[in-house]
Amino acid sequence: MKHGFSRQIPPALLVWILAGLVSGVSIFYRTELPWLVNYPEAWVLPVIEWANTGMDWFVENFRWFFRSISWLLSWAMSGALAVLVWLPWAAAIVLFMGVALIAGGWSLAVFTVAALMYMVVIGYWEESMRTLALVSVSVPLSVIVGFGMGVAALRSRRTNRIVQPALDLMQTVPTFAYLVPILLLFGFGPVVGLIASSIYACPPMVRNTMLALSRVPEEVVESGKMSGATERQLFWWVRFPTALPTIMIGVNQATMAALSMVIIAAIIGSSADIGWEVLSTMRRANFGESLLAGIVIALIAMVLDRITRAFATRDSRKRKYLSGVSNLQTLVGTLFVTAFFIIAAQLYPELNDYPDDWVFYPAGYLNDIVAFVTVEFSGILEAIKNGFLFFLLLPLRIGLENTIRPFTWGFTLTPVISGGYAVMTMLLAAFLGVRYSWRVSVGILLVCSILFFGFEHSPWPMIIILIVVLAWQVVGLWIGILTLSGLGFMLVTGVWVPAMRSLYLCLAAVLCSFLIGCLLGILASQNNRLSGILRPIIDTLQTMPLFVLLIPVLMFFQVGEFTAFLAIIAYAIVPAIRYTEHGLRHVDPEVVEAARSMGCTERQLLWEVRLPLAIPEIMLGLNQTIMFALAMLVIAALVGTRGLGQSIYIALSKADFGLGLVAGLSMALIAIIADRVLHAYSRRQRQALGLQ
Amino acid sequence: MSQPIKLGCHGIWKVYGDNSEVFFDREESPQSRRERIVRGGHIPAACDVSFEVEKGEIFVIMGLSGSGKSTVVRCLSRLIEPSAGQVLLDGENLLEKSKAELIEIRRHRLGMVFQHFGLLPHQTVLENVAFPLRVQGLNLSDREARARKMIELVGLEGREANYPRELSGGQQQRVGIARSLAVDPEIWLLDEPFSALDPLIRRQMQDEFLRLQKLLHKTIIFITHDFLEALKLADRIAIMKDGWVVQIGAPAELVSHPANDYVAEFTRDVPRLKIITAGEVLKTCESKSEPKEFRSNTTIPSNSTLENLLPDLAGSAQGLTVVGADDQVLGKITMHDVINTLANSMEK
Ligand SMILES: Nc1ncnc2c1ncn2[C@@H]1O[C@H](COP(=O)(O)OP(=O)(O)O)[C@@H](O)[C@H]1O
Ligand SMILES: [Mg+2]
Repeated sequence: MKHGFSRQIPPALLVWILAGLVSGVSIFYRTELPWLVNYPEAWVLPVIEWANTGMDWFVENFRWFFRSISWLLSWAMSGALAVLVWLPWAAAIVLFMGVALIAGGWSLAVFTVAALMYMVVIGYWEESMRTLALVSVSVPLSVIVGFGMGVAALRSRRTNRIVQPALDLMQTVPTFAYLVPILLLFGFGPVVGLIASSIYACPPMVRNTMLALSRVPEEVVESGKMSGATERQLFWWVRFPTALPTIMIGVNQATMAALSMVIIAAIIGSSADIGWEVLSTMRRANFGESLLAGIVIALIAMVLDRITRAFATRDSRKRKYLSGVSNLQTLVGTLFVTAFFIIAAQLYPELNDYPDDWVFYPAGYLNDIVAFVTVEFSGILEAIKNGFLFFLLLPLRIGLENTIRPFTWGFTLTPVISGGYAVMTMLLAAFLGVRYSWRVSVGILLVCSILFFGFEHSPWPMIIILIVVLAWQVVGLWIGILTLSGLGFMLVTGVWVPAMRSLYLCLAAVLCSFLIGCLLGILASQNNRLSGILRPIIDTLQTMPLFVLLIPVLMFFQVGEFTAFLAIIAYAIVPAIRYTEHGLRHVDPEVVEAARSMGCTERQLLWEVRLPLAIPEIMLGLNQTIMFALAMLVIAALVGTRGLGQSIYIALSKADFGLGLVAGLSMALIAIIADRVLHAYSRRQRQALGLQ
Repeated sequence: MSQPIKLGCHGIWKVYGDNSEVFFDREESPQSRRERIVRGGHIPAACDVSFEVEKGEIFVIMGLSGSGKSTVVRCLSRLIEPSAGQVLLDGENLLEKSKAELIEIRRHRLGMVFQHFGLLPHQTVLENVAFPLRVQGLNLSDREARARKMIELVGLEGREANYPRELSGGQQQRVGIARSLAVDPEIWLLDEPFSALDPLIRRQMQDEFLRLQKLLHKTIIFITHDFLEALKLADRIAIMKDGWVVQIGAPAELVSHPANDYVAEFTRDVPRLKIITAGEVLKTCESKSEPKEFRSNTTIPSNSTLENLLPDLAGSAQGLTVVGADDQVLGKITMHDVINTLANSMEK
């Protein structure tokens, strides 16, 4: 209800004023009471130690169990490894080509052969096969387990209630954090990567299985029942095959998750696979080498993605690629040719082991090029880097009050200037408050004060109360309470500082990727050619294991926060573009026609019709942008960011379960809170627009 | 009609919601039970539904969407377990059958057609039609032979190798019909089989359906929300509203004697000439009829509709003689009688 001349202060504004007061007071006293900024060690709950004690006890008592699993799996893995490494490369390529041919036809087969030939010619064949061996054991494992769990969860409502939140958590806990407990339970060795990737690949499989089976139309099931099918027939002949396409999408996602985890697991360095090659060359700053190896990962990802996706979407019995040749015949033919090459390889060893002097390894040239560019364009590169650092990253992290120095901004921050900033802010807020609504001025005050004091140097009571009130006011009380408990958890467990560093970097990167992504999405929605160019790029970026994205940025900007920032943007921009374009293009065509018939220009159509109606979808894009950014944030710890990612990284290297748990959970909490807030917001917007 | 009762249901209730048994703990009138259910926050989808279907009859259940038709027809085959009541198939209570017995009954004695076809997307037309036989464990060649016969019956020869998504809606429903008939069931249940189709196709399918029934003589429960469809196909119609059966009767009966305003509302737009028969006219204008006198005039059977008898009536000023099935004279109708009957039926 709006009362034009009512003197009453709206209760929501009252809450904000209260929050502002608390913030003001804590800012005012922060020098006298240093605990307001630095949460004292003494107040930290020793959650990390408790977790470690608990874990020690658990490991002590159940090690035999996990070690025996690990032993079993290591057999499976050595088997797969032996086969793949033993298989002559020529024979392996034929085999993969046959599979690609059956899955997706000639174009996919050609692509597959080209990708595999790259690995051979560059000389990374064996490393690639090691990675594939891990994936080829972990994917079937997680597909079977995930399918079984999905079916079980659907059977009973109670299991379902446990499974759903567990899945949410598993998908938001950062990948690195998985490795710590697995390391402790299963011991060192390539098996850790295998287990981590099977666990990590389970959730998408469970989710898709549940989704697929629950979406089988009721009438189809009923028609099966009316045919007199038994329970078993009903499941295997009716439900399962009807759900199969969606289940195969689960297999596709599980494969990609497994691959990304296998690559990440290289960090514990227990298997000489391609992930390790990238990582070790990266650590030695041999960027040419790591780029060449990174391309291998990218190619593996693309081949696996395309093949599994082709299996999910293809029209199984209808398509025949060779006229008059069935899939079965293709398969038999493939096996035949494979066998032929295996035998031939015994006579011509070149087919077995690609000779070293045929290898083409242009790492040196690449390094030269990079060196040339970094020297020639050092001025520009530095300028870009410093621009972002001084005007965006540092203010967000430590605040304008600590950033503005003669060396950075060209002048000293005198009290007069600070006062001027405060007054300008107040005036702006007051003006906007009168002109629009008090909500806008609250927003301005919020942004300006965070910019001035910075995430890391603001008193924690201020940060907590502002974020909690924001969540509460934008979405609702429950989300507010969830936010409060999340932030409280980070505070009392002693990871507040790294959490704030992560938060700030994430915020900065999300801001940039969202802005740029929306812009590109809007342009792409208006321009088919641009859309055609962008689509394969973002598809590729999305399937890329995160590691790989670090390499090109590292080449030009060295280790540091700015590199992490760029890498995060490169990845997180994908959903921003995709959702914006999709949202804009898929506005109800009748509304668009109505607008056109009223004489809207294309520009009016975009700004007055499409954009407002696409807001809910764009918000979901923002949500995904945040999720992607958080995922990359952890990986970015490799290039020297400080924050939760680094904490997890440290936990991993010291096998500190408690720290890994707390840092991983904090990360997951940030993700879950952001997710809930944006989903609720999007839903409300959708309802307000009468969509759905 | 004097066929034996094939399928009967007596006092069927279906209450959606947890613990619905509590509403059936005591004897009470159906009205007060329904009130209790609604007050308890449950959904009474079928309330005290009773009817009997004779062998070879087309029994249509008609009602607006949400009136409980699908629920009732599913109770008949126990796709939905009724909360209370009896379903008698040849006098045996279906609700007392074990799971295994039920599967046997569904395999051999029941066939069902669904609104959205319910076809298996991963199987060809041939495999879909053969599916009920495959479930029974019939061998491949036998079931395909039978399926081909069914496909021929519904006029889909040549499309055996197609997948459902490659067919039009009407064709898909033909597959659904062929499948439901593959086991030669005694009872044929159809839940709004033509509602998802375009009007023109729908008319075609209705004619097709009548043709099939002439051939096969099944006992049919046919669900529809389209009153005209019900009139066209039914031997008898049950009208449902809010879970209740409001009226059961032959099409002409419903039109001329609707039980209440709700039924009358449906009959309002029905073209009377297609429904009202000479027998109806006689019944309405009984007092004035003078039998035997007009034996020499044109005679018409009592079940011919006004549409058919009007040309004759126009040609004979004195009126027409109505004869029964065995040619005995029932009475005389005049133009005046016809107009009276029509006016009468409009008022209701
Ligand atoms: N599984 C269910 N759970 C709860 N209510 C249901 C369920 N199925 C149907 N209903 C309700 O029962 C009523 C009758 O539904 P239905 O038999 O499908 O009607 P019709 O087929 O006549 O459209 C409707 O009000 C519907 O909302
Ligand atoms: Mg229905």
